[in-house]
Amino acid sequence: MAVKSGTEPAVASHIFDWDFVFGHANYWLFIVLMMTGLYIVVARGNLVKKIVGLNIFQVAVFMLYISIGKVTGGTAPIFPLDMKVDPTVVYSNPLPHVLILTAIVVGIATTSLGLALIVRIKEAFDTIEEDELLLIERKLTAADNREHGPAMGGRA
Amino acid sequence: MQHHLILRVITKLLVSTIILFSLYVQFHGDFSPGGGFQAGVIMAAAFIFYGLVFGLENVQRVFPPWIVHRMMALGVMIYAGTGFFSMFLGYDYLDYNAFAPHHPSHGQHYGILAVELGVLVTVTGVMVAIYYAFAGRPPQVSDEDW
Amino acid sequence: MATAEVEHTARTLADHLPVLQILVPFVAAPLIVLFGNRALAWPLAFIASAIAFVISCLLLAQVIDGGFISYAIGGWAPPLGIEYRVDATNALLLFLISGISTVALPYAFTSIRSEVPKRNHTLFYACYMLCFTGLLGVVITGDAFNVFVFLEISSLSTYVLVAQGAGRDKRALTAAYDYLIMGTIGATFFVIGLGMLYMSTGTLNMADLADRIADQGGNRTIRAAFAFIVVGMGLKVALMPLHLWLPNAYTFAPSAVTVFLAATSTKAAVYVLLRFMFSVYQPPFVFEVNTLYFIFIPFALLAMFVASFVAVFQSDFKRMLAYSSIAQIGYMLLGIAMLNTSGLTATVVHMFNHGITKGVLFMGVGALVLRAGSSFYDSIAGLGRRMPLTGAAIVVGGLSLIGVPGTAGFVSKWMLVQAAFENGFWWIAILVVLSSLLAVAYVWRVFEVIYLKEPAADAPRGDPPLPMLIPMLILAGACLWFGIDTQLTIGAAHTAAESLLEGSFGMAPSAAAVTETLGH
Repeated sequence: MAVKSGTEPAVASHIFDWDFVFGHANYWLFIVLMMTGLYIVVARGNLVKKIVGLNIFQVAVFMLYISIGKVTGGTAPIFPLDMKVDPTVVYSNPLPHVLILTAIVVGIATTSLGLALIVRIKEAFDTIEEDELLLIERKLTAADNREHGPAMGGRA
Repeated sequence: MQHHLILRVITKLLVSTIILFSLYVQFHGDFSPGGGFQAGVIMAAAFIFYGLVFGLENVQRVFPPWIVHRMMALGVMIYAGTGFFSMFLGYDYLDYNAFAPHHPSHGQHYGILAVELGVLVTVTGVMVAIYYAFAGRPPQVSDEDW
Repeated sequence: MATAEVEHTARTLADHLPVLQILVPFVAAPLIVLFGNRALAWPLAFIASAIAFVISCLLLAQVIDGGFISYAIGGWAPPLGIEYRVDATNALLLFLISGISTVALPYAFTSIRSEVPKRNHTLFYACYMLCFTGLLGVVITGDAFNVFVFLEISSLSTYVLVAQGAGRDKRALTAAYDYLIMGTIGATFFVIGLGMLYMSTGTLNMADLADRIADQGGNRTIRAAFAFIVVGMGLKVALMPLHLWLPNAYTFAPSAVTVFLAATSTKAAVYVLLRFMFSVYQPPFVFEVNTLYFIFIPFALLAMFVASFVAVFQSDFKRMLAYSSIAQIGYMLLGIAMLNTSGLTATVVHMFNHGITKGVLFMGVGALVLRAGSSFYDSIAGLGRRMPLTGAAIVVGGLSLIGVPGTAGFVSKWMLVQAAFENGFWWIAILVVLSSLLAVAYVWRVFEVIYLKEPAADAPRGDPPLPMLIPMLILAGACLWFGIDTQLTIGAAHTAAESLLEGSFGMAPSAAAVTETLGH
């Protein structure tokens, strides 16, 4: 949390608190990366770019987790060989890293599955642009309607 | 890549070194950074590197796809089998103490080695399989076109 | 654990049941790939699924009267290690998921042969087993991060399974892609929420989380985590405004996959919501601080009406059922929002009853598709007369979907109406009945098409082969059975609802002890 300096008035330090800004740098970066990724997923029409956006989004989460594992002044959490742990030594928290190792593997699986689907989509539809895909799908639905609709009152 | 003499020679030198390094990362995994995941990816990188320089057919002659696919499953079976082993000895699933009941820290050591071996096999298999799957697709544009 | 030499009592097989529940189907998947033999794939999958079903029955029998079973993976005691915890809530869900899978596999054997190219069969069953394992794992685990891992195992294999419909209609590919994007965003939101929880509590064990959140009260991080978790799981549940992936995924997936997914996957996600809302976050925190009343009830009602309304105007049987699924999820969420024992009982019972109801209906669709080639109303016209047993099963399923007395669907809707009255929300009770009228409209259209229309002269004749017919009839029988004998479902659901409302995960030894001392 932010430490207020004694000389400045409380309000001013509240508005422009450098300790707060820099002390939370990892969270700012997380928010920026996460929103960038999410924006790319939503705004880009190219399927590959969507996957890239998804990756950025996930990487933001990895960063959040790894940064919260850091303990100020902490060293690498490896026990000495003789297993005699000095209680005064501060260790960083290794658990978030382990969790994120799992999440990274999940991310790789998602990416490769997404790319594999894109390859198949490219082969089947001959495009990977979302607007063109939607156009093709709309035509397919319209064809379904023409074929099956009239019997059911004109709507599929 | 036939005309890239330097690349081919360097590749031949590097591939074995990369595999050796991955084994180093693997066996150091239980008391320094490393382990099955990293070692598996490094191991796969060696094969992918070989494939990039010498072509898909050559790397598939060394490392046929059917072996790669079996490896993905085999690694998982090694991991699960480790757990079953401790289960059959009357311990909880994946309780490594079962491997050396009278010296638990040795038991932990053997257990994690067996599990990491499973991870190594699976990760290598999966990474190479992903490479094969994408590289094996016929290219949209042939090399002569551009 | 690792340092001292401890006297060890050998565990018996019965102690291992919680982990075997996951392991048996899980090991089947790599075995199928390892053998790589098409003839062996189905038997292996079926045997593993049947064993899982037997295990789930044994587990349910142990916990149906309250109490819980805790299993520490690797012998690491709970708050530190990963723990599997079985209580009445998830035992019932395990029973549903493994039961549906065991019934759906014989069905899949025939159905998949006609809908999926032959070279994919081996890997199809491997993926199916992974999906099955993931869903079981999501339900059984007592560790919050483990939920995410299992969720992704099941989701990733689900995307593959949905894409297998590409042989019949190439839109299955884009459906799977959309599902992948939405599902991953949902899972990532969920994991952000978990990260924030871990940040402020330093633990991931659900029971432990519950204790620490209760200690801390609601600080901003914990509240933000709650929002992320609800939105993330909302995507997986297909909560009304987040449901866009569902209709296409269900419509274009192979019939057997749709049967399995519609009956189980959204239920598992609803279960996670329940767990996090009632066990991890205590009810007072959720509902008074975050006023979820004003989010869940409107969206649930919206789902019930909008999705039902859209379903009425479909001319594809399968797509109609997909929209009806979204509406039914509305009922489940409404039960959660009632925040009383009857409401939660209604939710848990409806998860079960809707699972078997949708199972039989989608099986009916698959049978019609096998014979007629598509599920559009004009191509299945009059087929109820040509395929008498399939038609009968669809009728039973349809009646249960409406909630006609004597069928499973009636029991859960009745509980829901009762819960609404207990809270004094009479208008919600009326809305539930009104939305059931919409269900009458869309189910009646199907009855009209398959019975009252004249079949085409060249219309196919005869019921589907026995492997498809028998599972369908079993589930149709279950729809009727659980409509009359409600001892199992309501009994388990009631125990579940009570333990959930106690907010103790039914479980945490410390919390349970606290309630006990408070009670006396």
